[in-house]
Amino acid sequence: MNYFKTDLASLHADLVAKKISSKELTQATLDNIKATDPKVDAFLNLNEEAALKQAAEIDAQGISADQPLAGIPVALKDNIVTKGMKTTAASKMLENFTPVYDATVTEKLAQAQMITVGKTNMDEFAMGGSTENSAFKTTKNAWDQTKVPGGSSGGSATAVASGQVPAALGSDTGGSIRQPASFNGIVGIKPTYGRVSRWGLIAFGSSLDQIGPLTHGVKDNASVLSAISGHDDHDLTSSTQAVPDFAAELNEATSVKGMRIGLPKEFLAEGVSDDVKAAILAAADTYRKLGATVDEVSLPHNKYGVAAYYIIASSEASSNLQRFDGIRYGYRAQDVQNLEDVYVKSRSEGFGDEVKRRIMLGTFSLSAGFYDAYFLKAAKVRTVIMNDFKAVLKDHDFIMGPVAPTPAFGIGAEIKDPLTMYMNDVLTIPVNLAGLPGLSLPAGFSNNLPVGMQLIGRPFDESTLYKAGYAFEQNTDFHLQVPTLGGQN
Amino acid sequence: MANRINREQVQHVAGLAKLEFTDAQLDAFTPQLDDIIGLFETLSEVDTEGVEATSSVSDQLNVMREDVADNWGQSQALLKNAPDAARGFIKVPAIIDESEDN
Repeated sequence: MNYFKTDLASLHADLVAKKISSKELTQATLDNIKATDPKVDAFLNLNEEAALKQAAEIDAQGISADQPLAGIPVALKDNIVTKGMKTTAASKMLENFTPVYDATVTEKLAQAQMITVGKTNMDEFAMGGSTENSAFKTTKNAWDQTKVPGGSSGGSATAVASGQVPAALGSDTGGSIRQPASFNGIVGIKPTYGRVSRWGLIAFGSSLDQIGPLTHGVKDNASVLSAISGHDDHDLTSSTQAVPDFAAELNEATSVKGMRIGLPKEFLAEGVSDDVKAAILAAADTYRKLGATVDEVSLPHNKYGVAAYYIIASSEASSNLQRFDGIRYGYRAQDVQNLEDVYVKSRSEGFGDEVKRRIMLGTFSLSAGFYDAYFLKAAKVRTVIMNDFKAVLKDHDFIMGPVAPTPAFGIGAEIKDPLTMYMNDVLTIPVNLAGLPGLSLPAGFSNNLPVGMQLIGRPFDESTLYKAGYAFEQNTDFHLQVPTLGGQN
Repeated sequence: MANRINREQVQHVAGLAKLEFTDAQLDAFTPQLDDIIGLFETLSEVDTEGVEATSSVSDQLNVMREDVADNWGQSQALLKNAPDAARGFIKVPAIIDESEDN
């Protein structure tokens, strides 16, 4: 199956017209994953038997025109729980964990009759920006297998970018969908906080986490986001806002004419590579040619985002990860003499280094004598950062800038230096702190590696981001370039 | 290097987090954590006088629901995930230290 030369709408048309059956499509997808995955290591587990059975059932029922995603394969990041299907969060802690329920997004994809073909690799508990923190394997960039795929949703990004699946879900706490999408030359969205239910997403930073789709194109992304969005009684932070049919709003007439776009000067500052800067300035020119106004604006506190985030996210993580205690599920250390040892040894043996670092940072920030200076201060700086965005978005339709300061870096290049790794998230983190939607899409190349552009919008205004992304896609060809992997393109 | 956090403090925090580190791990972690806490301290440059803390960005406030028990009927499936189980219960080591004679 060649997912580079098609999109979800064409796949749907072929399925409805019975040019291909869902079972054939699913089988071809699984065969291709098996052939290509030894090169890129995107998947942790395949769901072969159940996927083929579900596809056959869908074929037997027939696919109607009003089921636009029915019978089409999808992959899920392995921190999204799937009933009866192993879910590990790429941690030794959950190596043998089989959930007894489905995440709300898993259920919604099943209602849309998408076929979950497997679970993708990630940084352990979604902590990291390179997928090198997986307890099981290191995923490779689809464009260059000596480079990282980004992270933490690196498996989902590489699976889409290498043509294994037409769509995948990831999760984004500080850039974990947008940055791997950027590094792999595909489209990824971090929806507005509350747009998508977090029920069944293994919690990392609960006030920051959102699930979102990764796809080849903007319209495909919009289709999947509509399918997974909406209020959920199981997640009381999920919003009751109506969910638009985002993809239906995208057509030949989609335009940015008359829109006002803010380009923050801080987004092109020190640390952002020349090629990335050039790609974003060229994109700004494209938008001007399409009739939009691009103003230089300022997000003066952007640079404090990383510090505030690593306090807040780590504090929330240290609390969320208390549940992994070796008692009810997950890894339990052997040869322990008492209950305290069960806790300490199970956690010390079950968690990897990056997870331990985050738990330590969070526990420190929340501990007696440090709470006011660290956690409370970070929560106030969060308000200041939100106010910066509010001020710019008051009179701009959206903000544009890079996703990451550089293209994909080498495997092994930064893993020993946590602080350098953390600084890669300087342009994505503030968006999570403010709870805003952020769309990542292809906008150029640097030494044959993709460069991504980020569009940031008002709360619950994913529509504008998709329209602006679609208009850009219609007028550029970056998204049409695909990696050469195993000669299938 | 500024000493924002030392080995003893790292060990204290590890105790709070129910983690333990070898000497070699402490040697590696302490300067890393010290660097990151150095980054945290840059927040003192931001004037937050009179600024409210943000703990949630959800647009849903004070959502109430009935407290209704829901029987999943899946205790056997749940127990399969337990590291050790017997007769419908999760097994854990004795709470009293068996290595000591007291």
